[in-house]
Amino acid sequence: MNVTPQKTKESKARVGERPGGYRMHLMLCAGTGCVSSGSYKIKDALERELKKRGLSSEVAVVMTGCNGFCAQGPVMVVQPDEIFYQRLGEKDIPHLVEEHLLKGRPVERLMYTPPAGKAAVPKMSDIGFFEKQRLLALRNRGLIDPEVIDEYIARGGYKALAQVLTEMKPEEVVKELIASGLRGRGGGGFPTGVKWKTCREAPGEPKYVVCNADEGDPGAYMDRSIIEGDPHSVLEGMAIAAYAIGSSRGYIYIRHEYPLATERLEKGIADAREYGLLGKNIFDKGFDFDVGIHRGAGAFVCGESTALMASMEGRPGEPRAKYIHTVEHGLWDRPTNLNNVETYANVPPIILRGAEWFTSIGTGDVSENPWGGSKGTKVFSLVGKVHNTGLVEVPMGISLKEIVFDIGGGIPNGKKFKAVQTGGPSGGVIPENLLDLPVDFDQLTKVGSMMGSGGMIVMDETDCMVDIARYFIDFLIGESCGKCLPCREGLTQISALLNDICNGEAKEDTIELLEELSNTVKECSLCALGGSAPNPVLSTLRYFRDEYEAHVKDKQCPAGVCKALITYSIDPDKCTGCLLCLRNCPQDAISGEKKKPHKIQADLCIKCGICRDICTYDAVVVR
Amino acid sequence: MPRLKIEDLDKIVEKQKKTMSLREGAGRVKITVHMGTCGISAGARKIMAAVMSCVEKSGASDIVITTSGCAGFCSREPMMTVEVIEQAPIKYMELDDKKVGRIFDEHVMKGNIVEEYALALGSEQAL
Repeated sequence: MNVTPQKTKESKARVGERPGGYRMHLMLCAGTGCVSSGSYKIKDALERELKKRGLSSEVAVVMTGCNGFCAQGPVMVVQPDEIFYQRLGEKDIPHLVEEHLLKGRPVERLMYTPPAGKAAVPKMSDIGFFEKQRLLALRNRGLIDPEVIDEYIARGGYKALAQVLTEMKPEEVVKELIASGLRGRGGGGFPTGVKWKTCREAPGEPKYVVCNADEGDPGAYMDRSIIEGDPHSVLEGMAIAAYAIGSSRGYIYIRHEYPLATERLEKGIADAREYGLLGKNIFDKGFDFDVGIHRGAGAFVCGESTALMASMEGRPGEPRAKYIHTVEHGLWDRPTNLNNVETYANVPPIILRGAEWFTSIGTGDVSENPWGGSKGTKVFSLVGKVHNTGLVEVPMGISLKEIVFDIGGGIPNGKKFKAVQTGGPSGGVIPENLLDLPVDFDQLTKVGSMMGSGGMIVMDETDCMVDIARYFIDFLIGESCGKCLPCREGLTQISALLNDICNGEAKEDTIELLEELSNTVKECSLCALGGSAPNPVLSTLRYFRDEYEAHVKDKQCPAGVCKALITYSIDPDKCTGCLLCLRNCPQDAISGEKKKPHKIQADLCIKCGICRDICTYDAVVVR
Repeated sequence: MPRLKIEDLDKIVEKQKKTMSLREGAGRVKITVHMGTCGISAGARKIMAAVMSCVEKSGASDIVITTSGCAGFCSREPMMTVEVIEQAPIKYMELDDKKVGRIFDEHVMKGNIVEEYALALGSEQAL
């Protein structure tokens, strides 16, 4: 045993321990999404039923990390048959256990049926959502119990660390990373190997390795999922980075809203210490490294490198000017290597399979210039107006169309695709005519958006682009640290202008003013938060200027969202006079008789939309 | 739990091999025990236990055990199907512990079909 004897829980090797093994494993998702839709209740119900049927010694229930198909949770994969079950309820369990687990007849009713198809798809690998994915960072997704270190090792875990400690000099590790073309997955896309090299060469001791797990983009949760599903992949990546740059101390900065991820990290760190994979003299090779966890309060700005380090030092999370680099003057003014969760998770496979293998996936050519392409895969959280919301890992260079339509299953409720927003509040929207765009760092930047940490929000024709821009700006006002004026005051004024537009109070020159102000904030802000904050405005202006103009000149909201600019009415041809809307209107603004078309009184209507949602005949019109 | 040496990693991989090959679907042999109502009443649960203990004793990590419904030949239950990778599946009928043991040793481990217990040869088609 070595280093800090913190609370080391009893290490479990549940499934591997039964000498003869089980004939069947039920891989039940225990990511945050599925847990909140009840996967632990399903676990109890399964175990109860297995016991009742005398199957407890034949069938094991294994709680895995996030499976990715969060929209269908709780999800479970039955191995070895690879049958995928979704939206499980407690009352489905007795039938499922009897039919499939005992009698070997998979239950079709609980399988996934694609939106367009009629037949259920039994096997996970045949479901469109999984078919086009390529798992590197999520390589152990659904295959291991994240709390059992032996299962990580069984899938080749800690082999890369053993390899670098025995066969490679630190310089060689750095060289391999540069050759792989791996770029930072947290948003910036800076070549990881180049960062390691600079940090290695920077003067000053000790050096630190920090993992940025302060994932703050609305709708993004890939880092949380990686930690929850495979914490050791991050720890191993950090240890390799530490060896490469000459550090013996690492920290993980994780937000307080991620309790499950933190718990699994703590367990992972404790188990790795017991095995001597963290601590002094790892594998008896004279290399020391240990990791501590630092909980952040959940401020968006603390995802910025200098603000993050300020927060770790106990100061307010405020960024500083970028010309002083954290690789030279980082945490406690020492050289610090900061990478994102997903970046670290990519490191072990690169070491094991080599840079050449990694460069075979993705776009561009990185042999001369590490910025020359985007290699490997990227994890996206696909959310918004799309059938299959969830977590997807795809090779760089895949088209947006494939992500939204083949993996995401297209837009629900027969609505029309409008745009996809990438890069979170710092990113931008990409319209329909760019759907064939290959997704990589440089292509996304070229069209005015960015990779960001991997949030991908799909929007349909009922989303107003001005309103979307306003949402992100308001989010950023709340998250701005207030240190520099352009961001603090500029965003407030941008929001005021957007409010004018949405309220129909904009003047002829409001759009030009908005554009000018946005460019000023972009140029003059201190850190990346302010520098990229106007992107949602600028990119919606770039592709949907006509929609802004409709608000300003015609005083209309084409998507039917901005309340001040829309009116509700009833189409007399479609209305059957069923009285449903009339009874549900909170304002009594609807009048009419049975079997005769109803009418909405405009002066009483508060545009709450209840009548439109409730109407079975699609007779409520918004203009 | 002791500190690991580098060679211990491979030992853990070996120990977990069965668990992982099951989840990765990487079996050399698939044994299907037929668990229709007819099969269960004729003793298919016992056959399953026997198969599992054979696998356990052999220490093999490349054998996948699964269940399926009635094979359609209820009078000859309990039955099981043995499918060695890239070979036609063979159905065995009217099984008991002893027969399972022999089929396991001969067919599953050595690849020799036990003709006297087989339902019919050549009636099955490879998937």
